[in-house]
Amino acid sequence: MSRKPYEPTLPNTWWLEKPFYIRYMLREFTSFFVGAYVAILIVGLWQLSQGPDAWGSFLGVLSHPASVVFHVLAFVFATFHTVTWFALTPRTTPIMRGDHFVPPGPIIGAQYAVWAVASIVVLVAVLW
Amino acid sequence: MDVIETDIAIVGAGGAGLRAAIAAAEADPTLSVTLLSKVYPMRSHTVAAEGGAAGVAKAEDSLDNHFNDTVSGGDWLCDQDAVDFFVAQAPKELVRTEHWGCPWSRTPDGKVAVRPFGGMKIERTWYAADKTGFHLLHTLFQTSMKYPSVKRMDEVYTTDLLIEDGRIAGVLAHEIRSGKPMVILARSVIICTGGAGRVFPFTTNGAIKTGDGMAMAFRAGVPLKDMEFVQYHPTGLPGTGILISEAARGEGGILVNKDGYRYLQDYGMGPPDPWPRKKAMELGPRDRLSQAFWQEQQKGRCIDSKWGDVMHLDLRHLGEAKIAERLPFIRDLAKAYVGVDVVNAPIPVRPVVHYTMGGIHTDITAATPVPGLYAAGECACVSINGANRLGSNSLTELLVFGAVAGRNAAAHARGVPMPSRTNALAQADGHRKRVVDLLERSKGTESVVGLRTALNDTMETGCGIYRTEDSLRATVDTLATLRQRFANVAIDDKSGVYNTDLTGAIELGNMIEIGECMALSALQRTESRGSHQRLDHPARDDGAFLKHSMAHRVEGEPPRVDYRDVVITRSQPAERVYGGEAK
Amino acid sequence: MSDDTTFTLEVLRYNPESDDVPRAEKFTVPYQEDWVVLDALNWVKDNVDGSLTYRWSCHMAVCGSCGMMINNEPTLSCKAFLRDYLKDGTGTITVGALKNFPIEKDLVIVMDSFMEKLEAVKPWIIRSTEKPLDEGTFTQLPKQLKRFKRHTMCINCLLCYAACPQVGLNPGFIGPAALALAHRYNLDTRDQGKDLRKDVTASEDGVWECTFVSACSEVCPKDVEPAGAIQEQKIESSIDWALDHLIPGRKAR
Repeated sequence: MSRKPYEPTLPNTWWLEKPFYIRYMLREFTSFFVGAYVAILIVGLWQLSQGPDAWGSFLGVLSHPASVVFHVLAFVFATFHTVTWFALTPRTTPIMRGDHFVPPGPIIGAQYAVWAVASIVVLVAVLW
Repeated sequence: MDVIETDIAIVGAGGAGLRAAIAAAEADPTLSVTLLSKVYPMRSHTVAAEGGAAGVAKAEDSLDNHFNDTVSGGDWLCDQDAVDFFVAQAPKELVRTEHWGCPWSRTPDGKVAVRPFGGMKIERTWYAADKTGFHLLHTLFQTSMKYPSVKRMDEVYTTDLLIEDGRIAGVLAHEIRSGKPMVILARSVIICTGGAGRVFPFTTNGAIKTGDGMAMAFRAGVPLKDMEFVQYHPTGLPGTGILISEAARGEGGILVNKDGYRYLQDYGMGPPDPWPRKKAMELGPRDRLSQAFWQEQQKGRCIDSKWGDVMHLDLRHLGEAKIAERLPFIRDLAKAYVGVDVVNAPIPVRPVVHYTMGGIHTDITAATPVPGLYAAGECACVSINGANRLGSNSLTELLVFGAVAGRNAAAHARGVPMPSRTNALAQADGHRKRVVDLLERSKGTESVVGLRTALNDTMETGCGIYRTEDSLRATVDTLATLRQRFANVAIDDKSGVYNTDLTGAIELGNMIEIGECMALSALQRTESRGSHQRLDHPARDDGAFLKHSMAHRVEGEPPRVDYRDVVITRSQPAERVYGGEAK
Repeated sequence: MSDDTTFTLEVLRYNPESDDVPRAEKFTVPYQEDWVVLDALNWVKDNVDGSLTYRWSCHMAVCGSCGMMINNEPTLSCKAFLRDYLKDGTGTITVGALKNFPIEKDLVIVMDSFMEKLEAVKPWIIRSTEKPLDEGTFTQLPKQLKRFKRHTMCINCLLCYAACPQVGLNPGFIGPAALALAHRYNLDTRDQGKDLRKDVTASEDGVWECTFVSACSEVCPKDVEPAGAIQEQKIESSIDWALDHLIPGRKAR
């Protein structure tokens, strides 16, 4: 007559159990693409610093169909990642105004506003 | 059997037990404090208290006011020296909890806010929204963790007290998850096990409120005082019995019958306006409000609902903003359990058993007649609540007398040797046999649920809000029979591991004995006072009954009840005045 | 539906004295419109099998005892209304012990690890100088209270630990409730102990084990927002780390 606690283990397929977990894993999956894109960007900067030939060959690689597909996907995932990130910010950085918390709307909206401004600046710089 | 030695053993880790542990640890950090609880501390029923904790706060208030409100609220059955002590200690105990981090609601300038409460002349009820018990309990529990001399033994069920030469020697308990019995040898023991509302079928009380500590002390020869005084909280949800805090009325809620009429004005608590008004109408004392429900029920003026007779508690005029700020939990509870949004509709409510004014006889130092044995909180009867407790006095009581018990238990422990191991073990073996018998009895003619239902039924029928000689006598007889039938109870679960069938059976045995004390004390008190109302003796009789009932255990028999004078110092019994007359 | 309407309660039982693994057992239980799953469990224990074992007390979602997996979701059984799980009072409801904890028996888990984690974050007011009692209460403005009030609401029901995959994968993870409680004290204007909690909260087993799955906040019955509390602490911890490396002598303080 004694204790024998049953120790459960979480299987590797734990995330398939609920849509909530699947969506989480998808979100994490998109980070891989975002990270890879940042890595490519850094490589590009490096190539730029190595002179016109290096830069030229880098651009060549970028125009490869596989690269284009990757970049399209990366753009979609980065957007998804950004949108979910913005949506979570009111919970990660609560701001008080007077006696109350600032509602989520303004916090999320402000980030979109900054994103829009930054995009316009980059666009103008590129087109000029 | 394992033996654990400790200087101070505390049974029960709710508000009183935790406060006592902290007080003992602060009084003398070299003493070992063992805190035993049948549940994890945060599950203790203190957690369900809602409205607030009373302590003089405003400049225009006074200790005298708090004293007078309490003594008259208790229908002069309170020991006035104890009440004086209590009201004086209350404010500083509450300040302590604030220093420990309790998130008290605040005024705009950052001071602790107070709200009006039933039977109180001036508002003095400190509150943390409408979850004061929850916040106090968690504050005390979390604070208790910083004292290294306090060792907790969670989910350890204490079944008996051990006595040596008329003094406390320790307790017998068993670890719930393994069934392993143990003796905790102690120089001082403090009982903080709470009340016994589960003796009745409709109660705000959680499953654990089975009066274990009262029964333990009773079996060890300590009298139980004023057991006939059981408080019905006027506003519980029908069906579940879930508590709808007095705070709802403190903030301005009203009670209406089926005609939409604020009926309390017919029972000496009017006039209805102006409203809100202290000590008037819905801010009258709990016993009067619950009794008014019964009276209205006799006249057929209750609202018929799917749960039976109810009245309506109307908060709509308070507005959504105030409800969200002061009563969010109430709103949540009403929505979930009766499908009502209090902002738009009135809440169906009825009186439900809530608090046991009676309990283990202690004096003003929290000491019982057994040297080294102390008690505090709802399980104890000092008495500061007398025949009827004012709302928000009991959370403060946990703090004041929990602290007193802790300090005095520490002082006592320093002055006595550790009790004898062999004597304690011999006694424990005897008590343990009772538990083992219950566990191992293979065939019984009685079931726990059958006896529990019978207990609940007879208490509600014969020992409810209004009692008569006949109803009480019938209940006393039934309970005596139940006590005998209990000897034949058998349980399904024979396991040693986490056996809740066993603890349920032991709790049932405790509740039957407590029910007997309640019913017999009620039968013998041939007067009406506070929450004890006799249809056959409707008047208060100070000549014969300005006394506490003391129920003493008699082996194999109903308890013997005798009397003890109430300590009257400066407030002579007078008429309890509420409503327009109350100033 | 008639008064005889019944439904199936499928409970994952586990008796350590006779079972090696948990096994499902079905009970036919009468349906009542007002009942919650806890009422159904009580009915089974009272009328069918007294050995059915589970924790409960207040029946009003404030004591935190009755957390269990109901239809595979961590839920308080005293607030899980049958009518929300069944159509016309019939169907099946599955009940099991909370995930990510060892099972003691039936629906009772071993929660020792949680109690240790709770204590590890030093959940009490820490002051460098004690305030004398006769100075009265601290001044705390309503907005200061509001800042941390949400995180005081935790009833320690452990639904968040059952929902969090990181708790399941890494048993040492301090976990949502304990970390939210640490944050509650850090934000309380009366507390001065933030630095003393960092060893635990900013450790690998602390906030950095969290990957913001946010299942904890999703299942929390009291809206404590533990996920938000953890991310706030991550930001603080990062700023701390940066400042420690930029300002000489800071870390020593």
